[in-house]
Amino acid sequence: MYGIGLIKGLGVTLKHFIETYLDDIRWLGRRYYRDESLAERQGPHARGIFTVQYPEEKLPVPEEFRCIPFLVYEVGEDGERLYRCTSCGICSKVCPPQCIWIVRSNDPETGRPIPSPTEFFIDIDICMNCGLCAEYCPFDAIKMDHDYELASYDRLADHIYNKERLSKPVTYYESIRPMNFAFEEAARAEKEAAKEARRKAK
Amino acid sequence: MTLEEYTDRFTGMLNFDERKGYEGYIVHSERLVEFARTIRDELGYDYLSSVTGVDYLPDEQIEVVYHAYRSQGGPGLVFKVQVPRINPIVPSLVSIFPGADFQEREAWDLLGIRFEGHPNLRRILMWEGFHGHPLRKDWEEPYFEESEKPFNSRWPEGKAFRIEENKPFKKNVQYPPEFTPDGWIPEADTALYSGMVRLGAKDAGNGRSLETDQILVNLGPQHPSTHGVFRMVVSLDGEEIADLQPVLGYLHRNHEKIGERNTYLMNMPFTDRLDYLASMGNNFGYALAVEKLMGITPPERAEYIRVMMAELTRIVSHLFSIGTLLNDLGAFFTPMLYALTERELILDIFEAVSGSRMMCNYFRFGGVARDLPEGILEKVYELVTERLPRKVDELDTYLTDNEIVRTRSIGIGVLPREQAIEYSAAGPVLRASGVGYDVRRAESYSIYDRFDFDVAIRHNGDVYDRYLVRLEEIRQSLRILQQVVRDIPDGEFQTGKPQYQVRVPPGESYGRVENPKGELGFYIVSNGKPNPWRYHIRSPSFINLTAFGEMCKGHKIADVVAILGSIDIVLGEVDR
Ligand code: SF4
Ligand code: SF4
Repeated sequence: MYGIGLIKGLGVTLKHFIETYLDDIRWLGRRYYRDESLAERQGPHARGIFTVQYPEEKLPVPEEFRCIPFLVYEVGEDGERLYRCTSCGICSKVCPPQCIWIVRSNDPETGRPIPSPTEFFIDIDICMNCGLCAEYCPFDAIKMDHDYELASYDRLADHIYNKERLSKPVTYYESIRPMNFAFEEAARAEKEAAKEARRKAK
Repeated sequence: MTLEEYTDRFTGMLNFDERKGYEGYIVHSERLVEFARTIRDELGYDYLSSVTGVDYLPDEQIEVVYHAYRSQGGPGLVFKVQVPRINPIVPSLVSIFPGADFQEREAWDLLGIRFEGHPNLRRILMWEGFHGHPLRKDWEEPYFEESEKPFNSRWPEGKAFRIEENKPFKKNVQYPPEFTPDGWIPEADTALYSGMVRLGAKDAGNGRSLETDQILVNLGPQHPSTHGVFRMVVSLDGEEIADLQPVLGYLHRNHEKIGERNTYLMNMPFTDRLDYLASMGNNFGYALAVEKLMGITPPERAEYIRVMMAELTRIVSHLFSIGTLLNDLGAFFTPMLYALTERELILDIFEAVSGSRMMCNYFRFGGVARDLPEGILEKVYELVTERLPRKVDELDTYLTDNEIVRTRSIGIGVLPREQAIEYSAAGPVLRASGVGYDVRRAESYSIYDRFDFDVAIRHNGDVYDRYLVRLEEIRQSLRILQQVVRDIPDGEFQTGKPQYQVRVPPGESYGRVENPKGELGFYIVSNGKPNPWRYHIRSPSFINLTAFGEMCKGHKIADVVAILGSIDIVLGEVDR
């Protein structure tokens, strides 16, 4: 009979509509603005309405999530910043839109390059968030940040990040990417141990 | 008779391409049309997949490369024509393979190859009046910095600058001679409009029918049904469509030129931006093409991961396509949002695996960027065995038998079988017309030969059948995914050490995959340097549009919207 298909379709819509309210009742007003309910609402068992009340609610980002890169530094004994970056230039060579600029300085006495960048710029308007710089940096010195709320009032003045703006402590890195961090630390420790063993063997 | 025997018939006019790393035949341009007819009629290569122009600047030569296939499947036939670089003229193949139409226009536009006998050799991606042919090797774009990346100014003395400050407007653009930008008044599209077919004129005043007049209607470039910036010029006879010409290029960014400035690896994230609803699929095609040249294959686990990502991508893209089609039919946003809900769940997986929901950049030459994070396989398992099959059935329930959907789509935009092949249509458009051509089966790549799945096929070639093919393909993808999740082995996810500068031996290669929109091909020429010499994309959305005008003839304006929705284009890929 003509119209059966339409009615079936409307039935599905009605089901969705009702499920939203059923879910509201099931969570008793705690369906929104809570992490547990958000995970449920956005997971494979979600029913009813699927929207997120941004910015009150935010979807948690997974560890691998990438936005803009940042430079990792460790804090030295006197509180000074020890950059992991050696200004080797690999990230600036691999960057597809070529938005990384690095100034490497030479030691005025020896004339040899200083293994730490004097300046480091990333034009975040051009950065395509590809993550290749972080992937190919041999020193784990540049990593992809999770912060995606980057709007600012002045594009011309604010969107070329300098070294200061790009720097974040290694503790921050650990906090956003704990698994990667643990993995890299383990690899580093292993390398150190191997080196030590070789030195002893000599 | 084999092709070898034909070399006798074309004595001296047909030779093997003997350059190292190259394949196929070189045909003399005088006999090209005859050769094309021979392979189509006598050897069964009835499907011309791709037409590519290559500028061999050092040899002062332009080459046009053709990839032809049999619509029953099997390996392809590559043939080429070489002509001098100054004023290159090649006979057009539109009369044999109408699917060459847009591709030849593209080669004319971007490389300046004149195709003799082409019925409508106008620019297609650039605007009329544009100066030069941007894919020529000696052409420099605005804001040109260096011809190859990485640029020297970035390291070790990298002082950040904005290119606009170094080269302010007008210092960076080239104009045709005698062109003054300040006094320029844009020409009306007279050339375009005068080429449109009129129906009304021929019947006018003969007393048998109503006297009608031709009306030209422009849909787009800003029109919600185009899903981007795309323009259709429609010539109407009364309410009926007499002719339709797509006008492209509003999103053109010369992806291929950028690709030739880039190193091989840098292109990977750029491919994400082609069909941005199917970035994993784009990655796949590009990785295959480069791996073919490098002669490497990824390890088992990586192959499984790749297939898994590609099939999830297909589901994502088809869901999106079905949703937007329903939007175009007037079912405003309810089906769309139901489809997008499921898509979101898959994008969550992409995000956890690759770090990004849409611009995945996950494939590497010889593997993938990183292993699957913990717990992802379980999530995929849950989705593909439980949730998605249920939701696809739900989609089926509320759309397939819906009377409005059926009335709006059955018998609309019919593309008969022969025409679908002739016009080099690909993907669901081709399969809805009764051609069971799917690259995953026709010329299996990666590990698709191990999986049990059927090629979805329908026979009416209308909007409704295209929708049904997509729906069925989602189900088949779920079938593949269930097998992938069951069989995926442990092990490496990358052959060799990850390298940021891969060595690619000289030669050419064509890597093609069955993307959600159709056959996506990457044609790459390497000269052994870190940057590809030629990087061309056979984009399914673009080539599927060749038959668009044909499909619309005789229908009403409202149907145009439905037909376009059923072809499922993504402008990022159409305009490149
Ligand atoms: S961030 Fe890494 S790759 Fe970039 S210059 Fe520093 S050490 Fe080299
Ligand atoms: S994320 Fe990609 S585009 Fe951005 S700075 Fe790193 S390499 Fe360059």
